[in-house]
Amino acid sequence: MFDTSLTANDLIFLAQGAGMTLVVTAISVFFGTILGIVFGVFRYQVGPWWAAPLTFVLDIFRSIPLLIQLVLANAFVTTVLGIRISGFAVACGVLSLYTAAYCAEIVRGGIEAVPQTLRRAARSLGMTWGQDMTSIVMPLATRVALPSWIGLALGVMKDSALVYIVQVVELLKSTQILITRLQEPLFLLMICGLFYFLISFPIARFGGYLEKRWSND
Amino acid sequence: MIEIENVRKSFGPLEVLKGINLTVAKGEVLTVIGGSGSGKSTLLTCINGLEPIDSGRILVDGVEVHAKSTDLNKLRQKIGIVFQQWNAFPHLTVLENVMLAQVKVLKRSKQQAEAEAAKQLNHVGLGDKLSVYPSRLSGGQQQRMAIARALAMSPDYMLFDEVTSALDPQLVGEVLDTLRMLASEGMTMICVTHEMKFAREVSDRVAFFHKGVMAEIAPPEELFGAPKDPELQKFLSATH
Amino acid sequence: MRGRVPRIGHSCILPGAAMFNYNFRWNQALNSLPQMLEGALVTMEIAILSMAIGIAVAILLTLFRLSGNRLLGAISATWVEIARNTPALFQIYMVHFGLGGFGVHLSPYLSLLIGIAFNNAGYLAENFRGALKAIPETQTRAARSLGMSPLQAFKNVVMPQMLRISFLPMTNQMVWAILMTSLGAVVAMNTDLYGVTSELNARTFRTFELFALAAVIFYVITKVITLSAGLLAARLFRY
Repeated sequence: MFDTSLTANDLIFLAQGAGMTLVVTAISVFFGTILGIVFGVFRYQVGPWWAAPLTFVLDIFRSIPLLIQLVLANAFVTTVLGIRISGFAVACGVLSLYTAAYCAEIVRGGIEAVPQTLRRAARSLGMTWGQDMTSIVMPLATRVALPSWIGLALGVMKDSALVYIVQVVELLKSTQILITRLQEPLFLLMICGLFYFLISFPIARFGGYLEKRWSND
Repeated sequence: MIEIENVRKSFGPLEVLKGINLTVAKGEVLTVIGGSGSGKSTLLTCINGLEPIDSGRILVDGVEVHAKSTDLNKLRQKIGIVFQQWNAFPHLTVLENVMLAQVKVLKRSKQQAEAEAAKQLNHVGLGDKLSVYPSRLSGGQQQRMAIARALAMSPDYMLFDEVTSALDPQLVGEVLDTLRMLASEGMTMICVTHEMKFAREVSDRVAFFHKGVMAEIAPPEELFGAPKDPELQKFLSATH
Repeated sequence: MRGRVPRIGHSCILPGAAMFNYNFRWNQALNSLPQMLEGALVTMEIAILSMAIGIAVAILLTLFRLSGNRLLGAISATWVEIARNTPALFQIYMVHFGLGGFGVHLSPYLSLLIGIAFNNAGYLAENFRGALKAIPETQTRAARSLGMSPLQAFKNVVMPQMLRISFLPMTNQMVWAILMTSLGAVVAMNTDLYGVTSELNARTFRTFELFALAAVIFYVITKVITLSAGLLAARLFRY
């Protein structure tokens, strides 16, 4: 198995793919989280009735395959609108919205987990809505939401493997390219899988640890 | 007959049974009293093999409970046990709760099991709750269901482990009444209990456990009327 | 269904044509609807089969973990961690091309099915683990004291409760299974909804219309699953 024709250049190629995976993930999680917080707070604040249109739209992102979202967005922007745009931008845009759709749920769940009595107490002490939100709700909701958010971020990293469909060469795609050339699928796939695993596993463990620690008190 | 010979049992460094010797004859009602941590509940779970023992032996009708060759699942059909926590199976109706082990363990037919379950549930006064889920029952009712569930296996012995301790005070009576009824019917029973009045009424003998030792065993009049062991005297004056 | 098709087409052509320099040709996509619906059936078939296999394997993995046997426990843990910490796309790829390295060549259909089932089993086993924590140890104790063997106690007392607690996560996983069928693209699967759609696309280049239609079908399928799961839960869990 170690008798391979893999060269240093190929390894650099793989590393670039891995870098692309991380960059796409970082950008999408960053913007997706900001959007998700905005959507989540909005949904909680205006109540389920007024938030229904937003809820409906966000639910679409969770109800159709990401692959199709990417193809559709790409086709819409490039052929329907006729805008020249890189696959990378499409990938980041779609993944950000995709992240936001899940993140909004997590944020709303986190806020809802903060007991009403606590918030009433805060307001009765004369705190404003903003003060209540930042000094009472946010710290408590974060405890509930952070483990799920970590899970989401890792999910986005794994799902970013799909952006190959808009011609972004991330880790799995670069592995695939090498497989076609070197004909050593098993070895190359192991490297690729190991990379995902080595990033995801420790962080997932850490998330599990946080969840356990914070649910005890 | 249940024969307990010099049984020792430790949880880690804590020895909870320090050489217990005890024989319970067929048809006898033995109650076990004592403070918490006295080892009385552990003894019950050892008798039906849910807990291993460190040394000594327990014989049920001549079969050694903790011998490797003993089929515990078979032995347990002879020995019913009801716990402090009633452990109703929440996904099954009252009737199904009582039927399950009959069908799976005794291999009775559904009809047989159902007839037996209905009979036992009637017996404990739950004849009108057959198709209800346990979550709709009070604690006392659930505990009586647990008793019916054990009785439906036609056991020769019944072990009761503080069956009223987790109940609201107003529900204790109905469960004790069920136990009284069983005692009067001649069931061989070992009851670990905190209910002194009950122990005095139903027992043939009462055993007092203290720190893993059976400090005294005597008929109730004697044990309650003229306690010899100083710890028992302390215990009785504290509970009165 | 037939009667409604042209009407949808018309109402969409007009605003579309007015807004963009792009001529929407919904009719062409809608003509492919029967083929796509056939693909949708394959998609559902794979999702349902992968769920059935996934649940069975997840129960087995749970038993492995509970067995106390080191080797079985390690197999269970490894399966769960690989399924949860690598992309589903990678897993399907591995089944198809990775096993190819061992001389095992599976059809796209089987590769996709096994890949998704592998993923389902891992996630479900983890859900079951969480569910088991919510079932008191005393339930097993009560079952054992009635003379049930460990396996009987698990099957008749613990497992039904475990499946009930895991019902919502199982529904979510079913939705995931539907969405994951689209990943068959990497193993040249061409009979499922995504595969059919991309083959049609390769012939007609009506990418947006075709995939929009596929998206609607996917959306409907996932909603039907969520709704029927809710109805099923109400029927199954009356306690």
